[in-house]
Amino acid sequence: MTDQAFPTAPRRSRNVPLSKIALRWGLYLILCVFALYYLMPLFVMLTTSLKSIEEIRSGSLVALPRDITFDAWATAWSGACTGIQCEGLRPYFWNSVLIAVPAVILSTGIGALNGYVVAQWRFRGANLFFSLMLFGCFIPFQVVLLPMARVLGLMGIAGTIPGLIFVHVIYGIGFTTLFFRNYYVSIPSELVKAAKVDGAGFFRILWSIFLPLSLPIIVVTVIWQFTQIWNDFLFGVSFSQAGTQPVTVALNNIVNSTTGIKEYNVDMAAAIIAALPTLLVYVVAGKYFIRGLTAGSVKG
Amino acid sequence: MAPILDIKNLYKSYGATEILKDINVAIEPGDFLVLVGPSGCGKSTLLNCIAGLEPISGGSIDIGGQDMTDVSPKDRNIAMVFQSYALYPTMTVAKNITFGMKVRGVDQATQAAKLAEVSAQLQIEPLLNRRPGQLSGGQRQRVAMGRALVRDPKLFLFDEPLSNLDAKLRVEMRTEIKKLHQNLGASMVYVTHDQIEAMTLATKIVVMKDGIIQQIGTPSEIYNHPENLFVADFMGSPAMNLIPARTQKKDGGTQIEIASATGKPLLLTDTTHRNLPDDVIIGLRPEDIAEAGYRSGQNVQTAHCMIDVVEPAGADTFVVSHLGGKEVTARLHAETTACAGQPLEFAFDLGKVSYFEPNTGERLN
Repeated sequence: MTDQAFPTAPRRSRNVPLSKIALRWGLYLILCVFALYYLMPLFVMLTTSLKSIEEIRSGSLVALPRDITFDAWATAWSGACTGIQCEGLRPYFWNSVLIAVPAVILSTGIGALNGYVVAQWRFRGANLFFSLMLFGCFIPFQVVLLPMARVLGLMGIAGTIPGLIFVHVIYGIGFTTLFFRNYYVSIPSELVKAAKVDGAGFFRILWSIFLPLSLPIIVVTVIWQFTQIWNDFLFGVSFSQAGTQPVTVALNNIVNSTTGIKEYNVDMAAAIIAALPTLLVYVVAGKYFIRGLTAGSVKG
Repeated sequence: MAPILDIKNLYKSYGATEILKDINVAIEPGDFLVLVGPSGCGKSTLLNCIAGLEPISGGSIDIGGQDMTDVSPKDRNIAMVFQSYALYPTMTVAKNITFGMKVRGVDQATQAAKLAEVSAQLQIEPLLNRRPGQLSGGQRQRVAMGRALVRDPKLFLFDEPLSNLDAKLRVEMRTEIKKLHQNLGASMVYVTHDQIEAMTLATKIVVMKDGIIQQIGTPSEIYNHPENLFVADFMGSPAMNLIPARTQKKDGGTQIEIASATGKPLLLTDTTHRNLPDDVIIGLRPEDIAEAGYRSGQNVQTAHCMIDVVEPAGADTFVVSHLGGKEVTARLHAETTACAGQPLEFAFDLGKVSYFEPNTGERLN
């Protein structure tokens, strides 16, 4: 039976009915339309950022730039005004980096530790503990604003970059714990037992056995956390002061506080600069992201 | 000699549920103790308690003459092989085997020497640089054993180590574990639900049910003198025939009356056992019921029974008939002419019989 299946297989594919081909191409067409629809704003942003302000005023929104100029990018990076200061996005971009990198590392690390404990070192009330952490994921940002402001004040880190790192780490722990817990819960508990008999302690087991297994889920968590923290606006605007604002807040200030002529090309360039790191993270680590999301289900 | 493992009055409970009740077991150095019982009988929990992976609720555990009740697993001088092998997935075979030594701070040269010795012993040298994911089930099993062997422990613990292997490999590895035990002369505790594994490996068997020890004994004691109906039914394949019967005192012994499908009761006379209650359950292994003429002995009685089913199994032929409202299996020689629907004269070897009290299930003789 299997011997016959092979010679018939190619013949069958040649005789695919016309309706099926039409359906397939129709599908591609629809997908292409949607892709174009989603890429359109990016296209407009990119072309607009490369035009001069005169060309924007005279030309069409979707037209390609006649003379490509990077002036708008330069202005957005180091010359655009946010209120009275005219330093561009650069200082705020670095603020965002200074906030996002430690916050991502800390929240991922704490999430790995929490997930490891909740999944593999069951204690009385572990389920309740985990449920409460999950609940933390679903608390809207607005609810924590005032209590958080008070806590930051008491800790003496209100309006500082460490303050913002603290806020993002606290808010991220719920998600990172969830990710790591769900990943670690599929690892047989006998592994911990074997390591205990071998003499390894709590941290040794995490370090030598669990973390080396965790690359896919670490990538997922890092992407998730980086995107959340980089794109955050509400915490950034609420808990910062002049000089510690993240790039999202600065972008808003550039766009909203200009007087006179609206410099669309500068706004667009600034928006792309602000969005670039998250885009980059997806491009670089995207395939690990998909792999990590499905990793638990295909364990051998 | 002092016992290598001595468990006294061990209790284990999770909240209000008692998992293990008053466990008392001791083994001598070189013993192979098998804990056997159905799922949920607490045998794996007991092993975890011995390993120190589960805290106990009462009693004490001595290993090698030292009280280990509250000692952490790493300081108990034990090694353990798990059902899923629990190999560290990101480490090579060599690293898996040496991980314990590395954690304990054993120097590199000793680690290498030990690794070489154990891998030669288990014939896993070609695998040392592979990851567990690249190994077959049997190979993983060997590596797991290697990880236990390098420890050179006072006590080896095995938690159903063969249950993930296919039938053929299981028999091979069983023999290998037995050889290992003989060569090392090590003390081992082995958990299984497979009564054949228990019989073949053990020098001492503990049969458990619902967290209570039903019987402790050598394989022969467990097989030939089960202490109660549970042990009688659990150990042996096919299971022991347990037939309800009535007894009557008679000159020179006891007359046993077993209801038969034909309506005419089957009568046997036991000349050695007296003072039995009126109602009993008699236990006879399939091999203690033979075709008449093929079994002789002082206390062999013959009787005719109708045959329901004939099951040739190659080396033996199993014959099923109906007695006392139960199916009764007899193990006959392979060339028997018995056929279904025909009566056959059986020889019952009452020298091997076990009597049980029908209500309590306890052994009477």
